[in-house]
Amino acid sequence: MNKRLSTGGRIDRNKPLSFRFNGNQLQGLQGDTIASALLANGIRTLNRSFKYHRPRGVMSAGVEETNALLTASDGNGNIPVVRTTVRELSDGHEIRSPTGFPSVNFDLGRVLDFTHKIWTAGFYNKVFKWPNWHWYEGTVRRLAGLGKVPDGKDRNKYFHHNLHCDVLIVGAGPAGLAAALSLINSGARVLLAEQDCELGGSLLAHSTQIDSLDSDLWINQTRSTLEDAANVSIMTSSTVSGYYDHNVLTIADRSTAGVKRFWKIRAKEVLLTTGAVEQPLVFENNDRPGIMLAAAAMEYVNRYAVMPAEAMVVATNNDSAYQAAFALHDNGVRVPAVVDARAIVADEIAREANRRSIPIMAGSVVLDTVGTMGLKGISIGKLAPDAESTINPIGTIACQGLAISGGFSPDVALYSQAGGKLRYDDDLACFVPQECRQHVTIAGAADGKFSLAEALKQGTRAGSEAANSAGFACSPADVATSTINTYRLEAIRITPVGDTSRQWVDFMHDVTVADIELAVRENIVSVEHLKRYTTTGMSADQGKTSNLNALTLLAKLTNRAIEEVGTTTFRPQFMPVSLGAIAGQRHGGFYAPARLLPAHDWHLDHGAVFENYGTWKRPEYYTTNGHDRDAAIAGEVLATRQSVGLLDGSPIGKVEIKGPDAGEFLNRIYVNNVLTLKPGRVRYGIMLSENGIVIDDGVFSRLGDDHYLVNPTSAHADLITNWLEKWHQCEWPDLDLIISPVTGQWAVATVAGPRSRELLQEIESDIDFSAEALPHMSMVAGSFLDVPARVQRVSYSGEMSFEIGVPATQGQRVIEALMSSGGDRIKLIGIEALGTLRTEKGYLHIGGDTDGMTNALDIGFGAIVTKKQTDFIGKRSLLRAEDQRGDRRQLVGIEPLDDNEDLKPGAHFVTPSDQGSRSQGIVTSACFSPTLQRTIGLGLLESGFERKGETLTVFDDGRNFDVRITDPVFYDPSGEKMNA
Amino acid sequence: MKHRIGLAEAVRLRSPGDDNIVFRYGTVLLKGYSFLSLARQALTGHKGWPVIWRSPEVKKSYDVIIIGAGGHGLATAYYLAKNHAVKNIAVLEKGWLGGGNTGRNTQVTRSNYYWPQSAAFFDHSLKLYEGLGRSLNFNVMLSQRGILNLAHNAYELEGMRRWANAIKINAIDAEVLTPIDIKKLVPLIDLDCRFPVHGGFIQRRGGISRHDAVAWGYARAASALGVDIIQQCEVTGFNTASGRVTGVNTTRGTIGADKISFAVAGHTSHLAKMAGFRVPVTSMQLQAMVSEPIKPCLDTVVVSTAIHMYVSQSDRGELVIGGGADVYNSYAQRGGIPVLQENVAALLELFPVFSRLRLMRQWAGITDITPDTTPLMGLTPVQNLYISGGWGTGGYKAIPAGGDTMAYTIANDKPHPLIEDFGLERFKSGALIDEGAASGVAH
Amino acid sequence: MLRISCPWCGTRDELEFTFGGESHVTRPTPDASDDVWSDYLFNKENPKGVHYESWMHRYGCGRWFNVARDTVTHEIYAVYPMGEAKPDLGETDRE
Repeated sequence: MNKRLSTGGRIDRNKPLSFRFNGNQLQGLQGDTIASALLANGIRTLNRSFKYHRPRGVMSAGVEETNALLTASDGNGNIPVVRTTVRELSDGHEIRSPTGFPSVNFDLGRVLDFTHKIWTAGFYNKVFKWPNWHWYEGTVRRLAGLGKVPDGKDRNKYFHHNLHCDVLIVGAGPAGLAAALSLINSGARVLLAEQDCELGGSLLAHSTQIDSLDSDLWINQTRSTLEDAANVSIMTSSTVSGYYDHNVLTIADRSTAGVKRFWKIRAKEVLLTTGAVEQPLVFENNDRPGIMLAAAAMEYVNRYAVMPAEAMVVATNNDSAYQAAFALHDNGVRVPAVVDARAIVADEIAREANRRSIPIMAGSVVLDTVGTMGLKGISIGKLAPDAESTINPIGTIACQGLAISGGFSPDVALYSQAGGKLRYDDDLACFVPQECRQHVTIAGAADGKFSLAEALKQGTRAGSEAANSAGFACSPADVATSTINTYRLEAIRITPVGDTSRQWVDFMHDVTVADIELAVRENIVSVEHLKRYTTTGMSADQGKTSNLNALTLLAKLTNRAIEEVGTTTFRPQFMPVSLGAIAGQRHGGFYAPARLLPAHDWHLDHGAVFENYGTWKRPEYYTTNGHDRDAAIAGEVLATRQSVGLLDGSPIGKVEIKGPDAGEFLNRIYVNNVLTLKPGRVRYGIMLSENGIVIDDGVFSRLGDDHYLVNPTSAHADLITNWLEKWHQCEWPDLDLIISPVTGQWAVATVAGPRSRELLQEIESDIDFSAEALPHMSMVAGSFLDVPARVQRVSYSGEMSFEIGVPATQGQRVIEALMSSGGDRIKLIGIEALGTLRTEKGYLHIGGDTDGMTNALDIGFGAIVTKKQTDFIGKRSLLRAEDQRGDRRQLVGIEPLDDNEDLKPGAHFVTPSDQGSRSQGIVTSACFSPTLQRTIGLGLLESGFERKGETLTVFDDGRNFDVRITDPVFYDPSGEKMNA
Repeated sequence: MKHRIGLAEAVRLRSPGDDNIVFRYGTVLLKGYSFLSLARQALTGHKGWPVIWRSPEVKKSYDVIIIGAGGHGLATAYYLAKNHAVKNIAVLEKGWLGGGNTGRNTQVTRSNYYWPQSAAFFDHSLKLYEGLGRSLNFNVMLSQRGILNLAHNAYELEGMRRWANAIKINAIDAEVLTPIDIKKLVPLIDLDCRFPVHGGFIQRRGGISRHDAVAWGYARAASALGVDIIQQCEVTGFNTASGRVTGVNTTRGTIGADKISFAVAGHTSHLAKMAGFRVPVTSMQLQAMVSEPIKPCLDTVVVSTAIHMYVSQSDRGELVIGGGADVYNSYAQRGGIPVLQENVAALLELFPVFSRLRLMRQWAGITDITPDTTPLMGLTPVQNLYISGGWGTGGYKAIPAGGDTMAYTIANDKPHPLIEDFGLERFKSGALIDEGAASGVAH
Repeated sequence: MLRISCPWCGTRDELEFTFGGESHVTRPTPDASDDVWSDYLFNKENPKGVHYESWMHRYGCGRWFNVARDTVTHEIYAVYPMGEAKPDLGETDRE
């Protein structure tokens, strides 16, 4: 069944490619698409429709394809929904029909076609309510879907690229090429993007002449001219898929095998020469394999040298399909007739047809077709001259192919995405561009200029105009000429005689004229409702060949003008883009790139088990001699309590505030009084949102008269820095200061424990670590191990504690020195041990022990708030009655009555009520304290401040047990250890 | 009350040639759609189906006007007519019914809320959803396939346990899952991603339903009860007399009303301003997107807050993907590139196998976000004017309860007990119901 | 994607900026009434049309500045420094 012509086409007969279709070994040629190769092998039925499982064949030669969406593998998994009409064939390609049980040629699912009268539009809304939809859903879901999720690992590479240009031309058809030629020497940076692997657009389907050159030659010549032009870049196999705000467009670039590039283009001016999509004719059984769009039939013979059928009738309502008829005939396809809905066909066209002995049946339309697995014949009807609904059957024609043309519809998807408005053109019977707020122009077939001569002319002019708008002097080039200069459409596309439930409007989703009639009968008359009710245009082709016919029908059935009916909204993506390309490198290793400690590798070598804390990777604990997690953490806690623990505290936020007004600024930020802090001293403070909610805590230090260091929590460091900047720049720009985030510049070693001073004093340093010189909540700068250091005496563990800050590059050296000097006295500790230490001490973890409802008063800052006379962020909110209510959730300590109870964060305090239980608050932190040898916790409890000593019930995952409410400080309440 | 419309008239207004009376009023079901009627109609080419809703002429005045024929507006009208015997109701819609956020969301239905007020309200909604297909006699395709929230670190898991416990205390179903449970439920997930999955919790009664069907089901039922749904009718101003609303000016003329309520997601600030008061609402675009349809591969709704992503698979086979909003004020229903990329990257982080699927379509709805992400419902500073708005990203799941409680509120001129705490006053007192802040998860 | 002209660095992608919400809001003093305070805290201008808002060039100079932007078309009418008065753009509410 070889349908390949012996000569012609843009395929390379010397480069055969083997491929398999549903298991059968076949051969194609370099230059084929999958679809052209299948047609060349005589394959007619290659898929089944979505709903009725009707046999379907190739319908188009482009992106509008609605049937030939198959599963294809070229060694990177089975990819579903491959548009075989645009996808180039490659050697070893494995192609499968995604539908058909047991096979695409014999499908039991066809029973849905035989019972199609039941499965009308929206039938599922009317049934499947008992017992419930979920009961039926599994069956329906299995029937849907256009293929399976790809298997195996994705071996594609995905990259993002960015590009700026003065003029972006979208589409390298005749108008786009003419425009690009105009722009040579304009000085404007021009990008020409074409979705096909070759330039030429619709010209690739034609065999005609431009400027008295064969069109193939003209394309080649134009291509070299453009390639030689320094200001023009050409991208092929690159689909412009999205048109976003501010003239930013995206391109999916498939030009390199195994690599998918996603481009973000910022264009001063955009010229859309996106062409037009041929629209099908609607008649009974218009979906059989062998029926295809006329321009596609022409493209298969001219570009791929494939005969779509031995005998192919052409049915049309305009001049363009005659090009197809002539091309088919000239390449050896028998054309038994051109069925032309127009009563009168122009003389020059009739002459050409006559010369080829192709009969023209004017004023006629196709009525019906036969041939289940492939077209066998058609019946023709004659339109009565003045009543289009009257059609008299006049005969039948045997044929295996039918090329249909209902005229073209501009591809305005990108134009509409850009916000462009459309208007309906009665003469062209389609929507054409009107106006757009973005910097965009549209030309050629995309602007309704459907004859080649017009497209060339308009493209030439539009190119130079785009350059002018982008600020470049440019006059139009000479217009290339063509003899194809007529279109002459008559708006007869739909002839709903006979059984309208067998007349397809949306092929992929099996929407028929009857479905639209039913929708209108049920008062579904908005075009958006129609789309959603019948699912017209919602399939993977997004209605490229169905929307226009659907809304034409809708207008007719509701006696409205088509303009009034309007269109549905065009949205990105114009052509579906692989998710991998959109994500680019932003997942895998580059998803929220981890921040590593300066001494990350050293910790790893010393047994650190890392965990994510925000974006940081930090040691959760250290494995020592095979201890399990809990034992390791307990060991680290006890080492800190008894001797020295060393924590890598580098991620702690560090923001320097410097300037004469630094103190005043921070005094407006913190709940605490900042102005009384003396140089060299440190204070613990909290920050509130303007709504009074606690957003961060930590210490702040006064380094000098006009110099402060703020330590936000590591998780909030960036957030707080930005927040401080905003207050300064937007609210108090008069305050003289600068804010400088220096978190990453410093590594911090936190040395905590009763023997920490002793240990530090052994290390070479000019810092006096004595209690007198460096008491708790003070700081000093000096040299530590020859390294400039800032030492803060602050404690989150409740022990005597020193935070030694050194330049980040020196962090590892300091840790190593401390470890080697400390010997048995010191132990590395991770975040979990720190968590236990601070819980024992009753210190808060903001965001853990507080939530987005916790205000300053709820965590015991009432006295400080009352005492501070001046304003600070959030102060006014704390004055609201709601914020001062005594029954708010307040910070408490918790201990289970039975020590064996597994008290965990996330449990709730509950009280039974009439309607069941009610939460009175939550357990926010809990652990088994290795120090105290019992379970302890912190929580937020309604009226918690007044309820110390009370016994309450806690609920956790179906379990209830009793706890006692205590003071939150379990360890060293007098602070003796910390202040030592 | 001059233009009260009765049963007979309602039936007469349906399409001509429809001879079998199919609607029955009252507490029983709206009849007419069944396998039997479908089969019967199939024999006659479906020529006998009545209109789903009427397109009546606008009357001079109504007892109640509801602005906005989205899910909330239509449901409110339906419950007003059904439960409160108000017959003279109009729903005014500037575009086409169900065309705003009702027709743009990702169809998630759930009641896994933290605070008791939210939980009570949203579970009422879920319960109504559970019977909605049958009570409206219109299949809204509720698929209770479970909604799974993932925790990506130990603290997040603690937060989820806190959340799940709260849900259980509120007498709603929730179940904490281990990573192994999750892998069983969602085999394609990569647990060992950048932020490994530590566990999660599922509300098995949660799931998805069909958004259009919800709007159409309510429209059909309301229309049958005599409610006038007026599409292509935009409100341009309110008429008031001594602090009390008396009607609206519209693109189709002035219409009088005793009471007016508005449920216009994406335009709440705009209408409030028209009525002369300010609301704590910021409007932003929330994007959603779908892949090309494939065979079933994901049977649950998967939500990850840490990486800002949720995904489900529609009955047609598309992956329905959502995530964070485009965070600046906007009334454009388009959505931009940065959020698109973030959402897709987050999806692939959890489901690397989806990288070779293709994105078919992206769109956006306008979400009216309140400071505490809890809706604004109830009375307004203008007498007899009621508000239902501020639904943020979660209005769809609230449609039945929103309609039910607003109908009560309008009929009685006082908030339904379930929405007492959802009023505008809370912003003055500071008594917010901050669902996101408490559970650590946005709606 | 928005393309925003930072007054100090030039035109850059939206990705480089942080949105700061409504500009030209006056912060009441602590003696403000609950009404005034809650209006300041929660009620924001949310126009369908020109919105006067603040942006910060986060991955650039770090400066906050004002932008007059249409919330429907996203067209940017003016970019001006923090502290400067609103430019007069005429009546711009879309509805």
